[in-house]
Amino acid sequence: MAEPSKKEPTTVVDDGIDVGISRLTVDKIASVINSVINDETGARLKTYVDTCIHCGLCSEACHYYLSHDKDPHYSPVGKVKQTIWVMIKKKGRVSPEFIRQAAIIAHTQCNLCKRCAQYCPFGIDIAYMMLVVRRIIHRLGVTPLYIQDTAHSHSVTMNQMWVKGDEWPDTLQWQEEEAQAEIPTLRIPLEKEGADIMYSVIAPEPKFQAQLIYQTAVIMNVAGVDWTMPASVGWDNSDMAMYTGDNEIMGRVKRAHFETAERLKVKKIVMGECGHAFRSVYDMGNRWLGWAMPPFTIVHAIEFYYDLIKSGRIKIAKKFDRPITLHDPCNVVRGGGLHEKARYVAHAICETVVEMHPNREHNYCCCAGGGVINTGPPFKMTRIEGNRVKAEQLFGAKTNGAEVLVAPCHNCHSGLEDIVHHYEIGLDIKFFGDIIYEVMEKPE
Amino acid sequence: MHSLYNLASGPLAWVAFLLFFGGSVYRIVRMLVLVAQKENFIFTYMSWRYSLRSILHWITPFATVNWRRQPLLTVVTFAFHICLLVAPIFLMAHVMLWEESFGLSWWTLPDAVADWMTVIVVLGAIYFLVRRLTQPEVKFVTSASDFVILAIVVAPFITGFLAYHQWFSYPLMMSLHVLAGDIMLAAIPFTRLSHMILSPFTRAYMGSEFGAVRHARDW
Repeated sequence: MAEPSKKEPTTVVDDGIDVGISRLTVDKIASVINSVINDETGARLKTYVDTCIHCGLCSEACHYYLSHDKDPHYSPVGKVKQTIWVMIKKKGRVSPEFIRQAAIIAHTQCNLCKRCAQYCPFGIDIAYMMLVVRRIIHRLGVTPLYIQDTAHSHSVTMNQMWVKGDEWPDTLQWQEEEAQAEIPTLRIPLEKEGADIMYSVIAPEPKFQAQLIYQTAVIMNVAGVDWTMPASVGWDNSDMAMYTGDNEIMGRVKRAHFETAERLKVKKIVMGECGHAFRSVYDMGNRWLGWAMPPFTIVHAIEFYYDLIKSGRIKIAKKFDRPITLHDPCNVVRGGGLHEKARYVAHAICETVVEMHPNREHNYCCCAGGGVINTGPPFKMTRIEGNRVKAEQLFGAKTNGAEVLVAPCHNCHSGLEDIVHHYEIGLDIKFFGDIIYEVMEKPE
Repeated sequence: MHSLYNLASGPLAWVAFLLFFGGSVYRIVRMLVLVAQKENFIFTYMSWRYSLRSILHWITPFATVNWRRQPLLTVVTFAFHICLLVAPIFLMAHVMLWEESFGLSWWTLPDAVADWMTVIVVLGAIYFLVRRLTQPEVKFVTSASDFVILAIVVAPFITGFLAYHQWFSYPLMMSLHVLAGDIMLAAIPFTRLSHMILSPFTRAYMGSEFGAVRHARDW
């Protein structure tokens, strides 16, 4: 059929992709694609491909599609057509150039946010198909350079950011000392066996957002929580291997995380304000290891704050007085149903909460998640231009009075920073933890 | 012409029903075997409650966000699919055939209603055709097979309508009608018309994942 040729040619140069495809031959490509499809997929992929009626009803679910003036190349099914359909139809015999395009589509034009699954009348899981494509890309060695580097970091250091063994406890100690200036009795308990809670974070926190650990330490101490953090590997709950299709490393990283909690004999794992880590611990990593549901109770920061506020363990001295709007991160809302708890927290700590539209499960993705922001500078504009619709949504909230954007997820945070900056929206972006730290009652 | 009619309504009809029922069972069993062999975990997540919750939302007009976003399409697609299923099953002429052949009979539609339902199916098919040809996001993912399956579905209705009204040659139309019906039945399990039998499963699985794991609505 005639294809509208609206889409501009891709000029991005990514060393991971370009060097990767220079090593490929059609035979090698075919053997990898067929191996993934035959050995690693089953009823889902086959049924999804056979059942899709090509109706295009998933299109308007996708922020890339909406942001590119409804260019069909960016619709969810359009991306499936340009990748896995062709791979299946040609029995894997596609060109290196096709693989280059497939890598760009699957890695940088889909956030795996699963909004399209809510718009497909048949509930076809297109994000899953994009993950299959990423798995193929991984096994062909064509993963974008920056996110591949992150997966290497997971493999070598068991954390996302090449944080070295001594840097981790050192950072915690540093934040403990800083916080002791405010609360002299404050501790960040390391390796406390039998604590109620193991608190885990993503590696960017010790690497360049150590104040978040400080804030959490204050919240934990004021609330009198029996908590601990591991001093060894296993402290990082992040997982970019999950997004590169490197399931084996995903499994190693998650095993280390769960086994650390097991070693510390804690009752549950509480995690910071991160979305993809929640997906990895709660949904994907545990399944790879054979756990239908995670072996520990997983409590995301939103739910943790909800419990602390609801039970009165932290009290609000004076509510945050600037109007906020709340961004619902895909992985904890569409992936974990925390939207009402997030609203409870928002209303408990802020005077005015302005809803953006759409919201809750139907919120637009930040366009950073699903590993897209981790493909780094070569694709920065892909995600900013690919989410004009988010800018419009945020403008709407600002018009209704919002001054601060609360995004309880690291990737959302970073992605929204870029969008707010590029489109000059003028919203300050905060975590829940930033506001709670600011407004809570603290000992004199 | 009599021989074509006899062939289409005799041996070919048997073949068509056999392929339809046998093929449908085969597709479902094969899918379930594949799940058991390779993605056994899917059974772990299936939930009757959340499956039905999801299916019910999606088979109710305007009960989902996307149906509400597309009011015209929603009206057309529901009218099309309901008429497509109901008209052939409850058409008096069809029920009479069942009675003559097997002594089975059931409630029937007044002919005028069935006639209008046929028109709705044909108009619905025209709408889908136009949509495929004009909407960029649909056109982009359209292949020849999409037109073929649309033709397979609408052919029995067009020929049935022409035969009923005795336009053109009645014996020819009747023979073509039966033949087209045979083709449609036989094609359902082996083309993407199989969404008729498989989509409840995909919907149920997504509904179960959203309900029990994700605690979110999938509509």
